[in-house]
Amino acid sequence: MENRHQLDLNTELMVLNMGPSHPATHGTVRFFIKLDGEKIIHMETEIGYLHRAFEKHCEDGTWSKAFPYTDRLNYNSAPQNNVAYALAVEKLMGMADKVPARTVYIRTIMCELSRMADHYTNLGAATLELGALTAFLYFVEARELTWDLIESVCGARLTSNYVRIGGLASDLPEGFAGKVKEVFAKNRVFWDEFDKLLTKNRIFLDRMRDTGAISRDDAIAYAFTGPCLRAAGVEYDVRKASPYLAYGNVDFDIPVGTTGDNFDRYLVRMEEIRQSERIIEQCLAQMPSGPININDAAVRNPSKEEVKSNMASMIFHFKNTIEGIQVPKGEVYVPTEGSNGEVGFYLVSQGGGKPWKCRVRPPCFALTQAMGHMCKGSFLADIIPTFDMINLIGGECDR
Amino acid sequence: MGRLIDLCKRKLGDTVLSAHEQHGDETVVIRKDALLTVLRWLRDDDAMKFDFMMDLTAVDYLGTRARSERFEVVYHLFSLKNNHRLRVKTLVADDDPVTESVVTVWVAANWFEREVWDMYGIIFKGHPNMKRILLYEEFEGHPLRKDYNIRKRQPLIGPEN
Amino acid sequence: MGVTREERNIEAALGDSVILTQVDKVIGWGRKYSFFLYPFITACCGMEFMSVAGPRYDLDRFGAALPRFSPRQADLLFVVGTISHKQAPILNKVYNQMAEPKWVFAFGACVCSGGMYNNYSTVQGIDTILPVDVYVPGCPPRPEMVFDGLLKLQELVANERSSKWPRGKSQYEPRVKR
Repeated sequence: MENRHQLDLNTELMVLNMGPSHPATHGTVRFFIKLDGEKIIHMETEIGYLHRAFEKHCEDGTWSKAFPYTDRLNYNSAPQNNVAYALAVEKLMGMADKVPARTVYIRTIMCELSRMADHYTNLGAATLELGALTAFLYFVEARELTWDLIESVCGARLTSNYVRIGGLASDLPEGFAGKVKEVFAKNRVFWDEFDKLLTKNRIFLDRMRDTGAISRDDAIAYAFTGPCLRAAGVEYDVRKASPYLAYGNVDFDIPVGTTGDNFDRYLVRMEEIRQSERIIEQCLAQMPSGPININDAAVRNPSKEEVKSNMASMIFHFKNTIEGIQVPKGEVYVPTEGSNGEVGFYLVSQGGGKPWKCRVRPPCFALTQAMGHMCKGSFLADIIPTFDMINLIGGECDR
Repeated sequence: MGRLIDLCKRKLGDTVLSAHEQHGDETVVIRKDALLTVLRWLRDDDAMKFDFMMDLTAVDYLGTRARSERFEVVYHLFSLKNNHRLRVKTLVADDDPVTESVVTVWVAANWFEREVWDMYGIIFKGHPNMKRILLYEEFEGHPLRKDYNIRKRQPLIGPEN
Repeated sequence: MGVTREERNIEAALGDSVILTQVDKVIGWGRKYSFFLYPFITACCGMEFMSVAGPRYDLDRFGAALPRFSPRQADLLFVVGTISHKQAPILNKVYNQMAEPKWVFAFGACVCSGGMYNNYSTVQGIDTILPVDVYVPGCPPRPEMVFDGLLKLQELVANERSSKWPRGKSQYEPRVKR
């Protein structure tokens, strides 16, 4: 009986084009959606609107010149990309263990600060797109405060260009630990407000729970990493699986979800903000003193005073700038845990001052690929929370 | 030599063209025609269990190698269960840039292979949708090849510069 | 509101109960505090745009708070972030869909000139496609710079002549129809 009714109805499918300039998608992306009523039958995703030739630029310049371009991959957490690239180059040069301990700790702090900023942005923007403007305002301010910390370290809010091969651009400013304490105290208030507004909010739950879900096995098959993989119940975090930087020396937990839906992704991110605070506080307590740069003029430029007073330093400064730091022939892949998932740099050197190949594994590329799979069978409106929670960052996805 | 390389060599014999270990990363180069069988084995074997295809890319070695080995397609595999990684490579010739698609092994490979086609012009046989992904269909050439100039623009609208 | 000294004298002589002005001036004065902007956000600068619109910097204060997500309702096109050649026809389309009068705000170095990205995929400044009214460089520009740009734009709008409009479609047609 029911079937006959359906036969009588005009059940032509509608094809809808969503994007590429759509108000509810942060980042430029285009969805071709085949709809049966409000139900998604099929969905194709088109990306590439922000392709800016990252790899070609890296191959075009010296090893150090790639840093500003790595900033603009995942621009929400620029220092993480800086660190990931620096770690890869250092490993390729065989000097990973010569990097000073203080640098390792400062890098860890910067990574976690940017993870916090990234999650604030992601969650804030997501709620904005779901219509919860108030919550957005809280987290934008929390992000401003986090950016103030990053700015006090490296002078830039967003695109930091802070890390160098074998060191850092500058040391922590005076009184940094105190400032961190102040900011965290304020941010916890924002976090609590945000939590109160959303986590038990009926409308928010209806939009988030059981939408965009992916099973554990599918998440692995689609090469999910980061919060989205952990939300699906897989306890994989590069910081735990193969500890780098100072992550082996600090105590923190990995939040893991159960259902892999948007709400679990939200909860995982919320908890990760808390865990990042923990990591930073421990790092500040353990912070070793000492130099921040490797003591090797062929890698890290000597100080300005030395360059102007010492002939040998002058020569190194000149050679490092013009010819680039010399990296021996070889190849390396270094995985790190970015805010969105595994950020891995695959570098190939043929010797000399320029990278032969500088590939970054973009976590949200793999996540965006599964959009069609996750949205199939759900409603049109579910695209928005799903797309928010995979956190597509154009610079990283399209490079 | 690394443990994984040993295992590969013992099982695969002369399918492994070469292998090396650098900075703790183990790499095997395998024959192109055996690619799918080898990758399936790597995915399913208990000692290997590479359930993640983390990354797939290509490298253009123009001018440093024979043209029959110009391109390398590189797979970075990761095993959640065993927490180990392996890099698998195959060689692709300049005049016949074709290799097997691995979408049937890891569904994640779909977009990665499209990107390699877009950037390097390597065709993946058996891929369900071999189209450009980052650039537009009207684009001519493949920009990450070493013989493509970084500033060679092909705008859809507006002037060249 | 008299424009010249003479006009102001006349206004004073009539006890300031009369306003002598020009229609263009009144319209410009009205327009400059009521921008409806269309944020065309593509890249990193969008993060800074969020801050500009957020509580600390608060774009609201300048009468340009309400983003319109349909180009037909907007009169200020905020181009925020790198424009690639793949993106350019879309930007062009959005511009042509906007009703006149309309202004274009180039937010960030990439939009102004291509910035760091002098390569095969990036448009070397959107002024190769559209007429631009204000350029704000910076990678990304700080919110203070954006406000400075906005104030400059307000000044420009206040002094505009109505004969400037309509400006018409952008001068470029897509090479390939989609």
